[in-house]
Amino acid sequence: MKYWQKIMTVTWKDTIAEMRTREIISSVLVFTLLVIVIFNFAFGTNQTTLNLVAPGILWVTFTFAGVLSLNRAFVPEKEQGCLEGLMACPVSREVIYVGKMLASLLFMLIIEAIALPIFAFLFNLPVLSLQIIVITVLTTIGFVTVGTLFSALAVNTKAREMILPILFLPVVIPIIISAVLATGTALAGGSWSELASSLQIIAVFDVIFLVVSFLVFPYVIEE
Amino acid sequence: MEESGSASPSRAITVHGLTKSFGNHHALKGIDFEVSRGESVVIFGPNGAGKTTLIKILATIMNPSSGRILVDNLDLKDHAIKIRRSIGIVTHQTFLYGNLTARENLEFYARMYDVPDRQKRIRELVALVGMAHRLNDRVGTFSRGMQQRLSIARALLHRPSLMLLDEPETGLDQEANAMLWEALRSGETGTTPTIILTTHSLERGLEQCSRLLILVQGQITFEGSKQALKLDDLKRLYRHHTGVNA
Repeated sequence: MKYWQKIMTVTWKDTIAEMRTREIISSVLVFTLLVIVIFNFAFGTNQTTLNLVAPGILWVTFTFAGVLSLNRAFVPEKEQGCLEGLMACPVSREVIYVGKMLASLLFMLIIEAIALPIFAFLFNLPVLSLQIIVITVLTTIGFVTVGTLFSALAVNTKAREMILPILFLPVVIPIIISAVLATGTALAGGSWSELASSLQIIAVFDVIFLVVSFLVFPYVIEE
Repeated sequence: MEESGSASPSRAITVHGLTKSFGNHHALKGIDFEVSRGESVVIFGPNGAGKTTLIKILATIMNPSSGRILVDNLDLKDHAIKIRRSIGIVTHQTFLYGNLTARENLEFYARMYDVPDRQKRIRELVALVGMAHRLNDRVGTFSRGMQQRLSIARALLHRPSLMLLDEPETGLDQEANAMLWEALRSGETGTTPTIILTTHSLERGLEQCSRLLILVQGQITFEGSKQALKLDDLKRLYRHHTGVNA
C-alpha cells in the first residue's frame, strides 16, 4: 500500500509542476496539432487516400509527440539538481520509475484525448471509436514504458534531444507497426477478433518492456 | 538485521576500503574511517579531493566501486532504503523544485519520508528557518539563500539521526549558518545527530566539529581530534597536507 502511495506522490509532484507550467502538454499539443494540419493539407480531400494514410499519419504524429514529451521527463530533476534528492529518499528506484512513468502516461493521454477529435474532424474519419481508444491507450503505455527508461538514460548525456529518439524509435518499431495495422483494421470497420493479433502484440510488448524497464531502471539511474 | 563482524552499538558509520572510480579517474582510493554516534566530523580537502563523492556514497545516491560501509551497523548495500530514513542531507544543491511552492516541496519530501503530522512539522520547520511568510510562494522566485534555508527545513523534516552536510554554507548568510547549527544542536532532529561536514572554511569546520579528516586526491592524509587545535595550526596542517593555502 505504501509502495503505491510513494508512486502516487512522485506522480502528484510531476503533475502539479506540469499543471503550473504546462511546459510539456502545451508545447507537445501544439506540435501534434501542427503535424495533423500539415498532413491534412498534404494529402488533400480525397477520402480514399485519407483512409489509406490516416493510420500512418496518426501514429507518426503520436510517436514524435511522445519523443518530445518523454525528452522532458527527467529534465526538471536534472536542471534543478533534484534527481539526487529523489534518489536519497527512502524508496526503491522502481518507485521513481513507475511514478514518473505514470505522470508521462497521463500527459500523453491528455494530448491524445485532445488531438483525436481534431484528427477525426480534419480527416473525416471515425477515430473516436472504442477500438481506436483501446489501441491508443495500449500503445501509449508501451511508449511511455520504454520512453521513461530511455529518458533517464539520455538525461545525463549532452545531446539528450538526439539520443532519446535514436535509442527509443528502433525499440518501439514493433508496437508502432502493430498500432498502424490495428488502427487501419478498426477504421475499415474490422471486428475485435480481426484486431486481436495486433492488440496481443501490443499488450505483450507492454508487459515485457514494463518488466524489463522496472528491472533495468535502478542501474540506469545510478550510473 | 544487524551485521556481525565490525558491529558496535556506539558506532554510527564504519567505512572500510572504500573506492570509487569514474573510468580511469580514481576519485576515492581505499578510504577507512569510523564515526561514533553523536560525533561531528569535518572533512577538509581541496577541489577534486573526493569529498562530494564520499558524501554521495554515504547518502546512497552513488554506488561505490568497492569497499564496505556500515551505517548504524547496517550494511549500506543491503539496507539502503532503511538507512536513507535516518539520513538528512544538505548540499550546495537544494533538491527543491522551482515550479512548486515551498509548502508543496516540503509536502512532497514529507510524504516520501512518511513524516507523521506533516502540516504541523512543515509549519514548525519553516518558522525555524524564517521562511513562514513565503510558504505558499514558488521556490523559483526565492533567492539562493532563501532556497538554501528551505533546503535545511527539507533535510530536517524526518528528524534524521545522521546529517550529511556538503558545503552547506553555499548561499547562506551568517545568520542562516548559525541557525543551521543551532537547529542541529537544539535537538530539532529529535536526538543529537551524527554530523559529517565537508567545507572549505577551516574556521567553521574547527568551530563546529570535534574531529577532522583531510582528504587529498581520494585518500585520507590526516585524521585526528581537534582538541586544542587553533585556526593557525589548522591552516599550517592543511597547507602541509594539501600543498595549498586555505
